Amino acid sequence: MEITLRVNGDERTLPVDPRTSLLDLLRERLGLTGSKKGCDHGQCGACTVLLEGRRVNACLLLAVACDGLAVTTVEGLAGDGALHPLQEAFIAHDAFQCGYCTPGQLCSAAGMLAERGPSAVTEDLAAEPGLTAGEIRERMSGNLCRCGAYQGIVAAIAEVAR
Amino acid sequence: MKPFEYTRAGAAAGAVALFRPGDMYLGGGTNLVDLMRLGVAEPERLVDVSRLPLDRVEADGDGLRVGAAVRNSDLGAHPLVLARYPMLARAVLSGASGQIRNMATVGGNLLQRTRCPYFQDVSKPCNKRLRGSGCPAIPGDHAHLAVLGHSPACVATHPSDMAVALAALDARVHVTGPAGSREVPMPGLHRLPGDEPDRDTVLEPGELITAVALPPPPPGRATYRKVRERASFAFALVSVAAALDVGADGTVAGVRLALGGVAHAPWRATRAEAALLGAPAGEEAFARAAEAELEQAVPLPRNAYKVPLARNLIVQTLRELTP
Ligand SMILES: Cc1cc2nc3c(=O)[nH]c(=O)nc-3n(C[C@H](O)[C@H](O)[C@H](O)COP(=O)(O)OP(=O)(O)OC[C@H]3O[C@@H](n4cnc5c(N)ncnc54)[C@H](O)[C@@H]3O)c2cc1C
Ligand code: SF4
Ligand code: FES
Ligand code: FES
Repeated sequence: MEITLRVNGDERTLPVDPRTSLLDLLRERLGLTGSKKGCDHGQCGACTVLLEGRRVNACLLLAVACDGLAVTTVEGLAGDGALHPLQEAFIAHDAFQCGYCTPGQLCSAAGMLAERGPSAVTEDLAAEPGLTAGEIRERMSGNLCRCGAYQGIVAAIAEVAR
Repeated sequence: MKPFEYTRAGAAAGAVALFRPGDMYLGGGTNLVDLMRLGVAEPERLVDVSRLPLDRVEADGDGLRVGAAVRNSDLGAHPLVLARYPMLARAVLSGASGQIRNMATVGGNLLQRTRCPYFQDVSKPCNKRLRGSGCPAIPGDHAHLAVLGHSPACVATHPSDMAVALAALDARVHVTGPAGSREVPMPGLHRLPGDEPDRDTVLEPGELITAVALPPPPPGRATYRKVRERASFAFALVSVAAALDVGADGTVAGVRLALGGVAHAPWRATRAEAALLGAPAGEEAFARAAEAELEQAVPLPRNAYKVPLARNLIVQTLRELTP
């Protein structure tokens, strides 16, 4: 099947086998290896990208089901030679060690900061919750870090959220 | 993954007309794509229904109508859901991760399949995958599985959090299929395993969920509480969806109670509800009601912990809801 995707702003039209995940398409067909494959089952978040601006697990998405949609990967976060504020903050706060989970953490945080509404730890559903460390941890729970860099990750996201 | 064809439907009626034996509908794919990768699901063709114009949450008098293609994140953040159905909002928000909730649809969430480890491992027998092949969970790893309503054929649990709240809220699932349209009440969509554990629900092949309709919310206060092995991003060991209305005289004027993580279907705790109605709202009545429900439990050696866990969670949740 032929599909068209807008990847980091560029339109790409290419034939795909229906079995191809968005993650494999990005990494193996388009050479965008920033998005990582940790588990391939939706459990780790290493493959997180933005689809139409919303964070998703690229490993559980069929590429054919994304036809006509816009994808932003970690390669597309920085613009015009300047790092994304989250990237700057991750560096400033030592928010990674091996870096394997980092592209997913960055895309997930970018998507999360654009989301509205309460989370599972918000006490008052009617109030617009502030992004406390507890809220950030809950909202980022789909992204695991084997190196345990959570302290820095939470601090970096909190800085950008302010 | 076995090769398959893919097609996208433009309208609900079109999706049903397209559906052939061997096809499966595709929502967000967060469960189905995983099961296809594991070899558990082998559709000949996917009929993608995730972009059907069934993506609205609308007031229906004092009730609510939720389209089947509404994403879980949009449901959990919707002002009408937050204002009228806090129990449903909390259930949805407690499920999976931010990424998965952005992908998962209401229809797919209801029809997600069990997380029983043997069901997901095609090298093992499993009555749910192949009727009559056996249930290795009963002598094996059933620590996360059912304590209520199970059968010698299957002890699986239904993993959805959202469905537990819908069962407590008397939701109606709107379905359209080759034989026409119908409404299926919650609870009632999901079956108990009996000797047909391969059938999770009462739906027939080709039936498409189009919407979930919620009657006006029950009076009183409501919430959803979930106990799991880590603080977030894990399935429920036990969960409770509860609404409690205490009258001016201190007795229970209305109550809804449903349990998750304990059975093949969201478990509406009708015995506990009956025991509570009219009783003075307090520790003693809450404990008695929980006992009345859990008397029916038949725990297995490695999941007996779920019975006191469910009892304590019911009591705590009702206490939290007592004004
Ligand atoms: C790592 C991980 C953790 C998770 N944790 C939780 C959790 O804590 N709590 C929880 O509740 N869930 C959890 N989930 C499950 C998740 O909520 C479900 O996978 C999701 O809701 C399924 O929705 P979907 O749209 O992606 O369905 P799909 O995967 O697309 O489909 C699921 C099933 O529904 C059928 N289907 C889809 N739409 C329709 C329709 N409109 N009509 C008829 N049939 C349809 C499909 O054919 C398929 O059989 C988790 C999932 C993952 C991967
Ligand atoms: S409990 Fe059910 S799903 Fe699990 S192995 Fe037994 S039959 Fe299969
Ligand atoms: S690779 Fe997608 S969630 Fe782990
Ligand atoms: S930095 Fe190594 S996994 Fe997160």
